[in-house]
Amino acid sequence: MAEQRSKSSEPWLDPHAEAYIRIENVTRRFGDFVAVNNVSLKVYKGEIFCLLGGSGCGKTTLLRMLAGFEQPSAGALFIDGQDMAGIPPYERPVNMMFQSYALFPHMSVAGNVAFGLEQERLARPEIKRRVAEMLEIVKLSEYAGRKPHQLSGGQRQRVALARSLVKRPKLLLLDEPLGALDRKLREHTQFELIGIQEKLGVTFVVVTHDQEEAMTLASRVGVMNRGEIVQVGTPRQIYEFPASRFVADFIGSVNLFEGQLTEDEPDHVRVRCEELGAPVYVDHGMSAPPLALCWVAVRPEKIVLRRERPAGADNWAHGTIRDVAYMGDMSVFLVRLDSGREVRVTQANITRKPEEQFTWDEAVFLSWDASSPVVGTG
Amino acid sequence: MSVAEPQHSSRARRPRPRGSGPLGWSAYVREHWLGRRLVVAVPTLWLAVFFLVPFIIVFGISFSQSVLAIPPYEPLWSWLDDRVLALRLHLGNYDYLFTDALYVSSYLYSVKVAAVSTLFCLLLGYPMAYGIARATPTARSLLLMLIILPFWTSFLLRVYAWIGLLKNNGVINNVLMALGVIHEPITMMQTDMAVYIGIVYSYLPFMILPLYSNLEKHDPALLEAAADLGARPWKAFLRVTLPLSVPGIVAGALLVFIPAVGEYVIPSLLGRSDQLMIGRVLSDEFFENRDWPVASAVAIAMLVLLVAPILVFQRYQNRELAHR
Repeated sequence: MAEQRSKSSEPWLDPHAEAYIRIENVTRRFGDFVAVNNVSLKVYKGEIFCLLGGSGCGKTTLLRMLAGFEQPSAGALFIDGQDMAGIPPYERPVNMMFQSYALFPHMSVAGNVAFGLEQERLARPEIKRRVAEMLEIVKLSEYAGRKPHQLSGGQRQRVALARSLVKRPKLLLLDEPLGALDRKLREHTQFELIGIQEKLGVTFVVVTHDQEEAMTLASRVGVMNRGEIVQVGTPRQIYEFPASRFVADFIGSVNLFEGQLTEDEPDHVRVRCEELGAPVYVDHGMSAPPLALCWVAVRPEKIVLRRERPAGADNWAHGTIRDVAYMGDMSVFLVRLDSGREVRVTQANITRKPEEQFTWDEAVFLSWDASSPVVGTG
Repeated sequence: MSVAEPQHSSRARRPRPRGSGPLGWSAYVREHWLGRRLVVAVPTLWLAVFFLVPFIIVFGISFSQSVLAIPPYEPLWSWLDDRVLALRLHLGNYDYLFTDALYVSSYLYSVKVAAVSTLFCLLLGYPMAYGIARATPTARSLLLMLIILPFWTSFLLRVYAWIGLLKNNGVINNVLMALGVIHEPITMMQTDMAVYIGIVYSYLPFMILPLYSNLEKHDPALLEAAADLGARPWKAFLRVTLPLSVPGIVAGALLVFIPAVGEYVIPSLLGRSDQLMIGRVLSDEFFENRDWPVASAVAIAMLVLLVAPILVFQRYQNRELAHR
């Protein structure tokens, strides 16, 4: 999805590429509380960059500093090469879509969209034309005369989007753009957003706490924790190669085990985990001191359930199924290993035959490919 | 991509507990409708006994004629012989209001004084209400306290205090003379300005409080959105805050304008003796002339004069309620 889209251009891999947004060692304190701690980041033109993190991680503060509603306590922000220090929001080449949408309740849909253009003192017919054009893009033409309180949540969201895009900003900031929509509408709107972004060539910086939203929208994701950016990468990189235990745990669901490095060769590592029956063998090397304590992360969908013991000495465990949740396309199993540790396994429901499906209290073997686990010390 | 939590397992479907949610609540209200009516009945009865009945009496007297008797007006109906009840409506009192220039000029003067005072209350009160609404929560309750504080002293005493400030050898004149700014005392008592000062001073809280309660509800994100779309702070205020505060302005303006039209104490103590406000005329008719029918006609005419702004007020209030 997101990757195929950006495969043609991955400016972050080009060391000479000019960053559109440069955030340099930015810190923002509120009294004793450090909301954003020494963050440096580059975002390139045409990207959809997602700042992802839990509540209070500083992602919204970072966004508000780009919009100009907050000033950094230290560090500098550059947009299109221009230092943003001391530039008020109404003079920045940036527009923002607010989490609450912040639509003007006393103005019609068309009035809301026209507001930004009126501030530029454009001629009336020009404003009218561009408002109509924008309402066409977000498919709200027949609602132009309505007031915001007469619209549904999804329609309000589109008015907010139209209002923030009508000034043709180079950079659009979106604060939890899909947060207030229900699930079906969200999936639909996500792809609409990507479509509009490609059509208008705007750079998006999106703040979200929803990893699914980040995964579908983003060309790159910056995971934030306690005011710091802990990893920046494409959705696939973040999911498959988490740089730290926090990221592995935060993105998706994962089974994390504590272990000790027993073998660390250039082409493989072997980890002894108390909670698993057999050692974990990973087919790529890492560099850590011998016998270092480490963590091993195995995604639930990468574990295979079997009734018979897998061949080989590594990468398996034995346990009993404690719980099954049937979700249609797949099933989620909670397996209690012999060590007492509970492990989450998801299996695609390939067959419809009930006798082949695993069920409660069944003894099973868990196994996974040598390329699946992620090992780290951080 | 399946990174979602399995929230909807097929096994975990329990029926909703009864009596929860909006459905249960409306059923509760329907069952207890009698209690609801009782609650409404008390204020209804109060208004009927102390407002509606007196109003009907005054309305009746306004169609009567003055006589030297107790009570000093003719009864509206009388028995002609034993069976015929005669109802005599005398419209002359209303006619009289237009023939004597005193009444018309008093009405116009009252409306002018009330309108000018309302305007000054708005100009003074809006920035104050805005400042309170934007203050930190601690400062906000302190400031609101200061707005309400004058009510702890009697209204009459506070107006008397203004005499002490404004009179020729009062505080203001004495200070200015001592400083050498002026050599002759400025006449401030018995002027229109003294009446404006008194009314604005007394009614300012009634402007500030509804404005504050309106401004305090504004979403600060709206101003951020306006700034984000290129509006400078002043422009954002004119295009967003001001139009959204119109219901507060209307409520505050009427709360000042309506009682100010009929104001009696302030113009009597501070105002001119050659130009009366309608409240003073009304009281003079009652107590000096003992012409109750004309006094009642004055009161009814004043009420009619105030019905228009009251209707405006109601319309705005309904509109604001409909928006919620």
